[in-house]
Amino acid sequence: MADIRTIKVEALARVEGEGSLHVKIRDGVIKELHFGIFEPPRFFEAFLRGRDFREVPDITARICGICPIAYLMGASQAMEDILGIQVTKPIRDLRRLVYCGEWIESHALHVYMLHAPDFLGLADALELAKVDRTLVEKALRLKKIGNEILETIGGRAIHPVGLRVGGFYKAPSKRHLRALEENLKWAVETSVATVKLVGGFDFPDIQQDYNFMALHHADEYAIHEGRLITSSGLDFPVAQFLDHVEEEHVPWSNALHGKPKDGLAHHVGPLARYNLNYAQLGNTAKEAAKDAGLSPVVRNPFQSIVVRAVELVQVCEDALKIVQNYTEPDAPYVDAPVKAGEGHGCTEAPRGICYHRYRIHADGSVQDARIVPPTAQNQKVMELDLRKVVQANLDKSDDEIKWRAEQAIRNYDPCISCATHFLKLEMDRG
Amino acid sequence: MSERKRPKLAVWKFSSCDGCQLTLLDCEDELLALTEEVRISYFLEATRKVEKGPYDVSLVEGSITTPHDIKAIREVRKQSKLLITIGACATAGGIQALRNFKNVKDFIRTVYAHPEYIDTLTTSTAISDHVPVDFELRGCPVNKYQMLEVLNAALNGRKPNIPRHSQCIECKESGTVCRMVAAGTACLGPVTQAGCGTLCPGKDRGCYGCFGPMETPNTAALAGQLLALGQTGRDVHRLFRTYNANADAFRKESDSHG
Repeated sequence: MADIRTIKVEALARVEGEGSLHVKIRDGVIKELHFGIFEPPRFFEAFLRGRDFREVPDITARICGICPIAYLMGASQAMEDILGIQVTKPIRDLRRLVYCGEWIESHALHVYMLHAPDFLGLADALELAKVDRTLVEKALRLKKIGNEILETIGGRAIHPVGLRVGGFYKAPSKRHLRALEENLKWAVETSVATVKLVGGFDFPDIQQDYNFMALHHADEYAIHEGRLITSSGLDFPVAQFLDHVEEEHVPWSNALHGKPKDGLAHHVGPLARYNLNYAQLGNTAKEAAKDAGLSPVVRNPFQSIVVRAVELVQVCEDALKIVQNYTEPDAPYVDAPVKAGEGHGCTEAPRGICYHRYRIHADGSVQDARIVPPTAQNQKVMELDLRKVVQANLDKSDDEIKWRAEQAIRNYDPCISCATHFLKLEMDRG
Repeated sequence: MSERKRPKLAVWKFSSCDGCQLTLLDCEDELLALTEEVRISYFLEATRKVEKGPYDVSLVEGSITTPHDIKAIREVRKQSKLLITIGACATAGGIQALRNFKNVKDFIRTVYAHPEYIDTLTTSTAISDHVPVDFELRGCPVNKYQMLEVLNAALNGRKPNIPRHSQCIECKESGTVCRMVAAGTACLGPVTQAGCGTLCPGKDRGCYGCFGPMETPNTAALAGQLLALGQTGRDVHRLFRTYNANADAFRKESDSHG
């Protein structure tokens, strides 16, 4: 009689959204493995048609409560691309600053509240607080500092109201930004300590040969501007994204799978950025990485938690510099007459590149919209990781496999709300 | 944390962006104190620990968009002493209720290559359209202080202190210059329930209606004023048809323009 097992994870915890995992094993070999996203579809691309182009940033922000900036900014950039708008340096700086806020908030949330408990064998950050309350309080303070940047510039942390096509409705005063300075100095130190802490966790020994894809900018650790590069050697402008990546609709998921046309499944997010843009990291981040024993090449998906912490150092420091050197712009936004056209935008959401393309009519109404969020792109490599992780743990109980598989999914900080659009683990051992 | 019996809190998600439940995790200064007062029994965004019902308080985020959602929300209702909906999706259907005005089959074809894989209802509707709801907290997203007030009230058996008046009242109270009067900016403030903290007018832009219709809103009078300010019928139609498009007052007003 064949030894047959089925493992099902029906509700994935500590991710944003709802997904499931189905694994079928026959005689110790994985026959089938599907990571599915069952978040119900919300049809953004369909109902954007006919909306005014100026409404698109706020509407698409509602795709994701965790990374609204990725949508507000990507959509704004695409519209600016159509209208031929170039933003001024102070606006560009403010954009990077508000994005640093989103990264700090999102990374602090994921590193401490969503991911670290896995490495410590705890169910959640509240259990962690019972063991080390001060640590969780520090994590919450760090997260709050990110939110304070968002609130200062955007009015609120979730779905900020201050951003628009061309820049901002109103630029913050120098005094308001300066108020963030002392907290950001503390945040840099605390981030360095975070790298040290998570760098000391035990990592399952898995090395993956990923094809990374990230934004790249010669002068800074790219977040909101740059060209797209891959470890397979591609280097192309954002406008060519759809020439290189296509979306595939598979029966087990409501999120379209994004995959490169050259057939190499690509990986987006912190690991991709770190491997492709190591040279652009500042010295403090590089030192912190080195002290945690992280080499410039990291191919173990479980070490993404350390890379996320290194990125925290980078964005806290970047934010501090912007705050210290800020001068108020003469005008909070750049305007231009509306015209018909097609435009592209792409930024690094905390969990990877988020691409937007729009076509608008001469009256400013949207003709067509296309959005490729990061988690949709990572579904393929997540399945590849899961195969390895499940295979390496086949001697363990279903419960242990389940936890380890969940952890492997959380490596990606998946934003399932974005990707459709929960994890059900369905493990069929027969 | 003491082992005394704390009320059980569950947080549920339907179709949404996760922002309203994230608001709970965004209570950085209050979260640990809150968990000393309540026992988090079900909150997938924060913990893999799942405890069986019944639950003393359920917070429900998101709208009903699939046949499965209808069954699930009935089960949540059955398991919950108090059911509080949080945010525009749960109280009005959310931005995804824009499908209610269109043909969903066309929508599916626009986004997905294989429409046969997609199982969805033709509408996105509020939780209260399916089960009795004890309190509806507005906002896209909800305001964290209002959320804490509602939880506090629920734990102490009193009515939450959440004003139903318009945003205009709060602009006056905070001394914020009226955008519509001073700059002719289109603003939904006169008909939108207050609660966000005067965010948009504070950023020199008009209110865009995140908190949905106030108590007895005069939407027709506002629409007239917007037209007088030079907005087109289509602009007025779009303005009412966003995050609370399926809330009665906003739906009716948007239907008469555009």
